[in-house]
Amino acid sequence: MTHARMTPHPETWLRVTPAGLYCVPGDFHIDPARAVARAVITHAHSDHARPGHGAVLASAETLMLMRARLGAEGAGRSQRALAWHEPLQVGDVRLALVPSGHVFGAAQIVLDHAGSRVVVSGDYKPRADPTCLPFEPVPCDLFVTEATFALPVFRHPPAAGEIARLLASLRLFPDRTHLVGCYALGKCQRLIGLLRQAGYDAPIYLHGALLPLTAIYEQAGVFMGAIRPATAADKATLKGALVLAPPSAIEDRWARRLTDPVLALASGWMRVRQQAKRRGVELPLVISDHADWDELLATPGTLGCGEVWVTHGREEALIHALGLRGIRGRALSLIGRAEEDGGEAAETMAAGAATAPSKDPPP
Amino acid sequence: MRAFALLLERLLFAPARGAKLALLEAWFRDQPDPERGLGLAAITGELVFPAAKAGMVRALAAERTDPTLFALSYDFVGDLAETVALMWPEPPPGRTPNAPPPTLAAVIAALAGTPKAALPALLAGWLDTLDASARLALLKLVTGGLRVGVSARLAKTALAGWSGVPLDAIEEAWHGERPPYAALFAWLEGRGPRPDAAGAPLVRPLMLANALEEGDLATLDPARYRAEWKWDGIRVQLVAGPGGRAIYSRGAEEIGAAFPEMIAALAGIDAVLDGELLVMREGRVAPFADLQQRLNRKTVSARMLRDFPVGVRLYDMLFEGGQDLRALPFDARRARLEDWFARASPPRMDLSPLIPFARWEELAALRAAARNAAIEGLMLKRADAPYLSGRPKGPWFKWKRDPLKIDAVLMYAERGHGKRSGLYSDFTFGLWRDKPGTGTGGSVGEQELVPVGKAYFGFTDAELAWLDRWINANTTERFGPVRAVAPLLVLEIAFDGVQRSARHRSGVALRFPRIARLRTDKPAAEADRLETLERLVPVASPD
Repeated sequence: MTHARMTPHPETWLRVTPAGLYCVPGDFHIDPARAVARAVITHAHSDHARPGHGAVLASAETLMLMRARLGAEGAGRSQRALAWHEPLQVGDVRLALVPSGHVFGAAQIVLDHAGSRVVVSGDYKPRADPTCLPFEPVPCDLFVTEATFALPVFRHPPAAGEIARLLASLRLFPDRTHLVGCYALGKCQRLIGLLRQAGYDAPIYLHGALLPLTAIYEQAGVFMGAIRPATAADKATLKGALVLAPPSAIEDRWARRLTDPVLALASGWMRVRQQAKRRGVELPLVISDHADWDELLATPGTLGCGEVWVTHGREEALIHALGLRGIRGRALSLIGRAEEDGGEAAETMAAGAATAPSKDPPP
Repeated sequence: MRAFALLLERLLFAPARGAKLALLEAWFRDQPDPERGLGLAAITGELVFPAAKAGMVRALAAERTDPTLFALSYDFVGDLAETVALMWPEPPPGRTPNAPPPTLAAVIAALAGTPKAALPALLAGWLDTLDASARLALLKLVTGGLRVGVSARLAKTALAGWSGVPLDAIEEAWHGERPPYAALFAWLEGRGPRPDAAGAPLVRPLMLANALEEGDLATLDPARYRAEWKWDGIRVQLVAGPGGRAIYSRGAEEIGAAFPEMIAALAGIDAVLDGELLVMREGRVAPFADLQQRLNRKTVSARMLRDFPVGVRLYDMLFEGGQDLRALPFDARRARLEDWFARASPPRMDLSPLIPFARWEELAALRAAARNAAIEGLMLKRADAPYLSGRPKGPWFKWKRDPLKIDAVLMYAERGHGKRSGLYSDFTFGLWRDKPGTGTGGSVGEQELVPVGKAYFGFTDAELAWLDRWINANTTERFGPVRAVAPLLVLEIAFDGVQRSARHRSGVALRFPRIARLRTDKPAAEADRLETLERLVPVASPD
């Protein structure tokens, strides 16, 4: 009891500001939605890693990806790579990066201040992934979680089974190109890694938008096998081949160049049939880089935390279910966070400007 | 059950008719009896389990899931059976259920032989042994809503493709047969005699029209074509003879049970007739909304029969007595139809009149002037064309009326169900009017929006995604699944007609409204007023 009175609640030093989550004693934002003076970045997806910050602290892998996406300058005027688990004193806060298992370089941020420990998960996935370090649970007082798939309908099946379905379809339709829509950073390379693990050793063809980031994975020593640009290959070569492309490409003209393609999409949303049907997907693959419902619910319990803050996604269901387990939940309602594939939807809109409005109406 | 679930899943995602046919043919080839016949019956809607209703599925879900989580999940998924199938608690990994998953035949036999009170426990037991995909197949099967885009005709076409037996012969043999169609399969595989269905009321393939495209008229000789109104009902084929009476829909489904008065009207008739089923009161056609009250019902109440009486407006005759008229030219069939009609004067039927014209311009003027809500446009039929199956290009054209248009303001959005589940896709839009009690005495009144309709389609997938985000960003209030949005977005609404309606707050109802365009360029204050729409209401409907 005495202890409780002496330890200030984390909400006194970790605040939600218009730019996002702000750590007062360390004077930095975490994954801010707009350019700030000092930012700590969990991972390189565009809704977490925005351009134009002053000082940026992140894992070396994340900084590498950010420089590729945003340019050396856009990734932060001064950049500091922090090694995994290495403690760093920032102002009055001790900070460390711990793998979150989401994508290559993705980190949870561990914050120790005034006797409490807060872990900001960014996005996380407590499952094996051949392209990144595994999620490490860090016991804490307060866990800041995502909630992308926070509905009980979202249970991700084992990824190996989904890859087996893809390979079975390739055997069933040996003359059809299999076009798999996947997010350019993380999902694409994980699919390649999973396919290689499953023994698929033929060349894999990539849409131009996926090549640069995949090259970075290779440079960093992640095994990708034989990768070829899809645009350089002719139709006949691609018969029966596997082509990966951004989700937007499977729905538009790009896909039409291929011979009678089987359209597949790798995403956690594919669990719901009409989501797949609506996008014209013939082979939905339920493969996600986010925690599923069971994992979102179980993880806080294993960390021993009494409180969970929810950054983005379907907060209502998660907070309700955590409450039934005696864990207090709070929705942070951060702005500017996309759902899985959300960034892709924006790209689709820009590409389809001829048929759809290209700018948001006035507020 | 596993194989059946896989078939349903693949049928649902199969993008084209050809792929669906291939899947069905593989099913007939690979599955043993009675699984294949039962699967066929389930897909074509021949199996009905009256005791198992959506309410039972809902109650089961309530027993096993948290109500708040269920409601949030249902709101997202948009489909009851799928929500339950996905949410159903799974046994922990490594703890396999003690019973093997049931076969389709076992499920169907048990469903038929179990009293209603024992059904929930039976269903729950099965759900515990199945994976998510098979759980969905089971729930869809018992509640009778497979919806995988396979009509009876498509299934029969697949049977023909697989067996090499002509479709017409299958149509005929199909009739006396009941699931699991053992004799039918034995015949198709050359192992048994042809099932005998002599004299049964068989469906004949319909002749369909192509949409008239710009420039078509210039290439057509008006003297060689006949014109009729295109009535806004449902296309039916009436089949009556000594062997029985039946009403077939465009998809070759037998729908006679829903229209007993029409079946009664066919007594003593020996013919196959083509026409439009309409709600008719003393010869006047009621709006399509009235007919909708009668559609998709297995049975019909006395009150329905009284309030929404149907009739058929005839436009073609395929058989008279035993004589096949289909090879005759249109003019000759029409003469036979008129002769027969004059002699038989059948109840609940009338003739769709031919519209005399000499030049296309005359017809175009008639089409433009037609404001009767029961008219969708015109049909053009070549005078010398035989009655052909399918959609041949040339002999028949449909020339729909140009849609009417208004600019309305988006007011409410609701998540869609079925195909559009998970996205905001049901849009309520409104028009401006003076707020009652203001603006009297010539001054400009306070303006308010009054909802005039709902649109579910007309947008591209990209527009739908854009609307979804716009709605999230502009929500002002939530009422359960419905969100009210700031009155900022103008939608150009296309519709086929407008009529007075006491059930709508605006006093008018639109026919077939859809979103033609998102007018992000137009300020909401410049959207149309209710008076604009009221002026479009037809004064009287000339019949």
